[in-house]
Amino acid sequence: MSARLRRIDLMRRLVATLGDEAVIGGIGNTNFDLFAAGHRKQNFYMLGSMGLAFPIALGVALAQPQRRVIGIDGDGSLLMNLGCLATIGMVAPANLTLLVMDNSSYQITGGQPSASASGADFVALARGAGIARSSWADDEDAFARLVREALDADGPALIAAKIDGSAAVGQPDRDPPQIRDRFMQAMGVRQEFGSR
Amino acid sequence: MPSASTERWSDVVLATLKANDVRLVTYVPDKILIPLIEGAHADPFFTAFSATREEEALGICAGAWLGGMRSVLMMQTSGFGNVPNALASLAVAYQIPVVLLISERGSLGEFNVGQVWSSRVVEPVCYALGVPHHVIERAADVGFILDRTIKQAWATQQPAALVLSPLLTGGKVFAA
Repeated sequence: MSARLRRIDLMRRLVATLGDEAVIGGIGNTNFDLFAAGHRKQNFYMLGSMGLAFPIALGVALAQPQRRVIGIDGDGSLLMNLGCLATIGMVAPANLTLLVMDNSSYQITGGQPSASASGADFVALARGAGIARSSWADDEDAFARLVREALDADGPALIAAKIDGSAAVGQPDRDPPQIRDRFMQAMGVRQEFGSR
Repeated sequence: MPSASTERWSDVVLATLKANDVRLVTYVPDKILIPLIEGAHADPFFTAFSATREEEALGICAGAWLGGMRSVLMMQTSGFGNVPNALASLAVAYQIPVVLLISERGSLGEFNVGQVWSSRVVEPVCYALGVPHHVIERAADVGFILDRTIKQAWATQQPAALVLSPLLTGGKVFAA
């Protein structure tokens, strides 16, 4: 494995390649850096429901099969809800891409090591759950290339990257109804207030 | 709205879901829910599948709503115990209407002590979170309560929980 990457660099590479894709950012530093890389109206920022970024992304993907949907979560969050990989492998939505930001620790609660630090391998877990198109991204260019390939292909994909413990460089407003409303407007399923 | 009392409760549930354009059915399996699960899988109107845990299914239903698709989440009372954090921090906090359909275990002849206390958390959790909560006991009430609960949830952008009593479903009895 090459040197660990920085989450904000990966989020900037991601945002630079996006158009109208929906992106669901998991709790804590994951969605902080997604926001810091440049807010998009198609971003949904999760606040408390640890482990549910991928299930939420699956729901959006089912509701909008014509749109590409990306879920992003950290290693600690995904470990809380590994079963969702099996559900996604079973449902196999063509338009869903999963990104794992793996710093092998619970960074936001003080950096306690996660099971990833002692060997839990998210690409192996995802493949074992039926998500065949699962890969480690060893550097920023590989990450950007794998994201592009996943967005251009049919079938669910998972891309994991080993990241370092750099602090997130920004945070979205913690205003859930606004986050939800603006996201739904961007999805085209809700109107601007007063415009009906 | 279907209401004929001669219809099976499960047929009324499925017809009411369809009438309200509820196309996504997620669930963690339960024996009492079999007619709903099998009925949803058999009808191409529905997209139906199981989730590994109830809060995972809640996340899927919440995402579906964000994308403009209506859903229902089915579980048994013990499974509701997996839901409170997702209900509080996602559905309630973000004002996302997720409708929970919960088959009641733990009462009226329960044979498994492991089901008894977990079933008692549903009502207090719903009260604590301000989630509308009704127990359906009579077949004649199924269509009205479900239809109105779905419509209120969408209109007010709040989750809701419905409990299917053994008085309605017959419950699950010990097979000696």
